[in-house]
Amino acid sequence: MNYISSDLKVVGSRPIRPDGVEKVTGRAQFGADMRMAGMLWGKVLRSPHAHAKIVSIDTSKAEKMPGVKAVVTSKDLPHIANEEAFVGEGPMNFRDLSRNCLAWDKALYEGHAIAAVAATSQSIADAAIEQIEVKYEVLPYCIDVEDAMADNAPVLHEDLFTAGVEPKPTRPSNIAKVVTFKKGDAEAGFKDADVVVEGRYTTKAVHQAYIEPHACLCSYNADGQVMIYSSSQGHFMVRAYCSKLLGIDLANIRAVPMEIGGGFGGKTLVYLEPVAIALSKKAGRPVKMQMTRDEVFRASGPTSGATMDVKLGAKKDGTIVAAKQVLKYQAGAFPGSPIGPGCMCGFAMYDIPNVDVVGYDVVSNRPKVAAYRAPGAPISSWAVECAMDDLARKLGKDPIELREQNGARNGTKTHYGPTHQNIGFLETLKAAKNHPHWKAPLKPGQGRGIACGFWFNIGGESTAGCHIAEDGTVVATSGNPDIGGSRASIGMMVAEVLGVPAERVRTIIPDTSSINFSFLTGGSRVTFATGMAATQAAERVVEDLKRRAAQIWEIPVEAVEWKDGKAYPAGSNAGAFEPLDLASLALKAGRTGGPIGSELSVNAQGAGPGFGVHIADVEVDHETGAVKILRYTAIQDVGKAIHPSYVEGQIQGGATQGIGWALNEEYIYDAKGKMDNSGFLDYRVPVASDVPMIEAVMVEVPNPRHPFGARGVGEVPIIPPMAAIGNAVCGATGLRLYDLPMSPPKVRAALDAAAPKLAAE
Amino acid sequence: MPKVLISGSSCQRLTGGRTELEVAATTFRRLVLELEQRFPGLGKQVEEGMAVAIDGEIFQDAYSAQFGADSEVVLIPKIGGG
Repeated sequence: MNYISSDLKVVGSRPIRPDGVEKVTGRAQFGADMRMAGMLWGKVLRSPHAHAKIVSIDTSKAEKMPGVKAVVTSKDLPHIANEEAFVGEGPMNFRDLSRNCLAWDKALYEGHAIAAVAATSQSIADAAIEQIEVKYEVLPYCIDVEDAMADNAPVLHEDLFTAGVEPKPTRPSNIAKVVTFKKGDAEAGFKDADVVVEGRYTTKAVHQAYIEPHACLCSYNADGQVMIYSSSQGHFMVRAYCSKLLGIDLANIRAVPMEIGGGFGGKTLVYLEPVAIALSKKAGRPVKMQMTRDEVFRASGPTSGATMDVKLGAKKDGTIVAAKQVLKYQAGAFPGSPIGPGCMCGFAMYDIPNVDVVGYDVVSNRPKVAAYRAPGAPISSWAVECAMDDLARKLGKDPIELREQNGARNGTKTHYGPTHQNIGFLETLKAAKNHPHWKAPLKPGQGRGIACGFWFNIGGESTAGCHIAEDGTVVATSGNPDIGGSRASIGMMVAEVLGVPAERVRTIIPDTSSINFSFLTGGSRVTFATGMAATQAAERVVEDLKRRAAQIWEIPVEAVEWKDGKAYPAGSNAGAFEPLDLASLALKAGRTGGPIGSELSVNAQGAGPGFGVHIADVEVDHETGAVKILRYTAIQDVGKAIHPSYVEGQIQGGATQGIGWALNEEYIYDAKGKMDNSGFLDYRVPVASDVPMIEAVMVEVPNPRHPFGARGVGEVPIIPPMAAIGNAVCGATGLRLYDLPMSPPKVRAALDAAAPKLAAE
Repeated sequence: MPKVLISGSSCQRLTGGRTELEVAATTFRRLVLELEQRFPGLGKQVEEGMAVAIDGEIFQDAYSAQFGADSEVVLIPKIGGG
């Protein structure tokens, strides 16, 4: 059923969030909060070198220490073949995942896990890893993407040959693959252009910076049954990866999802769980492991740093006739940067007849990258949206009008192939143009910038359930960890279908043995896909309730209607019966056929992309180089906001992460390839005092493929901020900055370098 | 017969450089089987690593996704997310 045009009572309202009280009172159970009788503490020994051969590992001294119950290295995990599958967020090579959890023959980055111990206390575990003797042969390293691509770069993997080039290379390389997307003839298009802008843009690696470090408690029982308690973006993903890496049947692993303190893509894979299970198996006791903040930075995946060249060509009237982008993304120690989406997203917002995009996936001696909110897209859009602004200036055009003129609409063929349908980009641009922020006056020295973003959003396999308890209250179940409010949105959709208040529905997330499979939480998919499953499950329950009312009243089921949480006779001919509510029907559940409930699995399609437009006002302190954000508006096509407060929160949160990416966040390395700023004091994420209240404007162009019209919303808002701020800084100073972050020292240096030129102007 | 466009360059090694193919298929499942028959290895790569966009709508892992002779059928890299 489709409810887009219905008069909705619950969906679209703002009930109190179901997880709020637990979280603010400290009762929520996160990954590190679990304890079990007989539990041991696990600790990882990590490489001090950015690149080194592991000559030998001697664990004998550690094993002899009192209190140490197990020590493991990669020899304790099966050495699995080079096999790739789409289990998590993007294709995963299981051999690489295993080598990332515990190194095989090489340490590939500073922080790479080499061995692990389980001991009766944390302090014994800390002391024990110091007793493990590792002989390294230190090798030259490379970190920056172009250093890693150089002909004489130290090669990380002797068996890695660049894919996507012909003829097949004979020498190993750090370039894992090359991808290309072409439309028309870009070279001819540039020849036809009246105006051309181009630039080289760079970004640094940034971390997802979730407040909650990785943590797990795992227990391998003597009969081969495994319990895992961990926070993640997918407990089925955790189960699948542990099964694959350890050779355990899926049904023998039970993964329990704990509350999660942020993921943003960074918790779509495993680091600790396979190691903890291996330790538990050896020790015969449960093992708890948790990363320190330092370990999170050094040993869990940030996103790529990148170098990009972008070029745009347009006619004098503003029609863009050609576009080109060359993107080089860091993958970290193993292949798998988000180069594909990066190549597809940069120009996806525009109708350009001739496009040429080339992307390189490049390994280097830093942690393997993990997904980060719209992976790849913020990076490519940083370059494209700055170039669009430069083009607007050169043409003397308003930047919104330039985008409207060239904007994708229904029927626009993208450069990566599909034709856009049912999109809301022009609507978001219009909302931006008409917003008071766009017209508000600026003072001297202040600048305003605008930028846009596109993300595909996905659907996928999801399971949800709707169960009526004996007293008529409702338990909804979701196969997906809640990282952005999906317990609320799923509960609300179920409540809407059942016709009851949102407060009558409690949504929980059962473990992997208690609900059917769900693909992980990511790709902005859960409210869309799992919501779809929940809606259909609730609809099945309504049909069942009508059947039971018909049975009680002894009338045909066609003569029963369901409205506002009750069964009614459908018209006076059906009979004069008092309505039956959920509680009344639940009371007679046994007599009318048994327990009332439904669990339903789908592979949801038709997710529908999202677009965002952000406006930023800044002023720049010329003495310190600090950029202050004065005002920020984020406009986004959300389809249908199931719970508007959560949608606003997603928009504000994504925008804030983009602001951090723009202004301060970066991995800083010393001369030995070690991270220098592995803590929140020196890895500077925005705090509340750094950003103004971000106004989130929701444009609702319903997605016809979702029962309530929802689109995914979580990822789009991180894409525009970097360029919106870069364009605003350009407006405030007259300077185009090409390198992120635009941190105070860099801005000050750029201002100093440009001072003579600006003075002359 | 529907024309199938293979986006990007990842499959060109298997198709001998061709990016547009006529394929006797009306479902994604049949498409995969036909491609595997004509270009060994391609069907597997498409099934495991690609999504299909049919008239602009993206389907992932959907054997039953249907299209007609006039449909726009584009194979694109599978999409994940964060």
